Amino acid sequence: MTAAARVSGALLGLWAGAALLSPWLAPATDAIDLDRILAPPGAAGWLGFDEVGRPVADRLLEGARTSLVVAVAVVAVSAVIGTVVGAAAAYLGGAVDRWLGRLIDVFLAFPGLLLAIALAALMGPGLANLVVALAAVGWVGYARLARGQVLALRRREHVLAAESLGVRPGRILLRHLLPLMAAPLIVEATFGFAGAVLAEAGMSFLGIGVQPPAPSWGGMIREGVRYMLVAPHLVLAPGLALSAVALATNLWGDWLRDRLDVRRSGLTARRRT
Amino acid sequence: MTWAQAGRRLAGAVGVVLGVALLTFLLVHLIPGDPVELMLGESARPADRANLRASLGLDRPVAVQLANQFASLARLDLGTSLHSRRPVSALIAERLPATLQLAAAALAIAVVTALPLGMLAARRQGRVVDGVAMGFALLGQSVPSFWLGPLLILGFSVGLGWTPVSGREGPSSLVLPALTLGAGMAAVLARMVRSSLLEVLGEDYLRTARAKGVAERALLWRHALPNAALPVVTVLGLQAGALLSGAVITETVFAWPGIGSLLVDAIQRRDYPVVQGCVLLISTGYVVVNTLTDLAYAWLDPRAGADA
Repeated sequence: MTAAARVSGALLGLWAGAALLSPWLAPATDAIDLDRILAPPGAAGWLGFDEVGRPVADRLLEGARTSLVVAVAVVAVSAVIGTVVGAAAAYLGGAVDRWLGRLIDVFLAFPGLLLAIALAALMGPGLANLVVALAAVGWVGYARLARGQVLALRRREHVLAAESLGVRPGRILLRHLLPLMAAPLIVEATFGFAGAVLAEAGMSFLGIGVQPPAPSWGGMIREGVRYMLVAPHLVLAPGLALSAVALATNLWGDWLRDRLDVRRSGLTARRRT
Repeated sequence: MTWAQAGRRLAGAVGVVLGVALLTFLLVHLIPGDPVELMLGESARPADRANLRASLGLDRPVAVQLANQFASLARLDLGTSLHSRRPVSALIAERLPATLQLAAAALAIAVVTALPLGMLAARRQGRVVDGVAMGFALLGQSVPSFWLGPLLILGFSVGLGWTPVSGREGPSSLVLPALTLGAGMAAVLARMVRSSLLEVLGEDYLRTARAKGVAERALLWRHALPNAALPVVTVLGLQAGALLSGAVITETVFAWPGIGSLLVDAIQRRDYPVVQGCVLLISTGYVVVNTLTDLAYAWLDPRAGADA
């Protein structure tokens, strides 16, 4: 394990720990102290207080929970849907593959964040809608990857052998194909995780994600920008946390990709044609 | 690539744009709930709801709405804003130059920084320069624009007083938004330049060229770069398309009067025709840029023509 992977792993562990323990570590998320409005970091609160006198440190921890929950949900939902759609298209072939392939192309042609913004705007703000909007965009990457993998693997001898023994398609996909295509899917999911954390924060920043008073790092930056000149700690703390998590996830993904020996999708394969 | 293949590629792109238009149209019908209630709020009077429903054509059968939608699109009619009562196409036309200017500046910044950075890192692989360059690239990929923007404002506008805090007045107001939007793209591009150059530098024909005495400078510029450029062009195209949607956040941070801030304002006012028009325009731009990239790619690399 490289030093970078160790550091990023430790950071991600810290983030997950903070998120899981936040109800106990940060009980004062919504506690308002009118005497400390916009107070800078100090003895009373080590990250200072926000524009209505709530402790920034507590809100930061609770925000970690929000971003972890959203990212896990988005990655889980989109990875499962995308893998099933992509694998089914490639395995069943024929008309199913043609139509699913077209659907994948249209979604790939759509700039992802924009579609998520449009969806979230239409469905209204909220945690569940945010997850739905991001998953509605996120599945397509896994679908493309799974489709390519199954196309490449489905003529392998062990698959043909299983077919001739009468094993049903669902079981073949699950038991004979999925283990072989897990590595690139895991790498995709790691980068997708970083993407989901940044997308949640970005949409909360735009005001169409997590709604106040529920704390979210993006929402904290949105509120903090208004008081940036008098209380820069409101913007610095959540931004630093967010960047650190994204950086750690990207580093982890890089390490995982080298470790599992996966080439980044599409580009190199295409160059070789 | 033959003309026939280029024609097929273009026809495919037109198909995708139609698919995107269909998806944009379906968005309002697929989501649960009543779009009119979403736009007017729960306390709206029934008469107002009926009016809006009729003016949006939502009282007619879905198939008729769809046909009307495509008929209007063919006339470049994107409907009328519920807020300002002006044609959506006029609103977009007003805002488009600002977004194009921002995207072009961001693209220029990204290319100008990423090419030398990536080349330098590849030439000095494993050295300090490489580590520093790739560290910057990783930062550029991880720091979100809605945090980088405020940081730049704090440093350069508030601290040093070099640039305006926000708005679009004069060339100096373009600097920070373009930097903010271009940073992420520069990061991705620099990593791509480095890795594809490294891959090419390891190939046999370069060893041969070096063995027959080609100078290092010519080796890099004449032999390695043209081949390393291919994947870079693909990434450049994808990123240039993504700049348009990235502008949504950057424009909000800097109050830059482009399509992105038009979209965000429209979302907050529940001005659905404007949202639809902006989404359609940005995604069409994305498709166009990606198609041009594919065509350029096939032109640069005849080997890729076969499957284009």
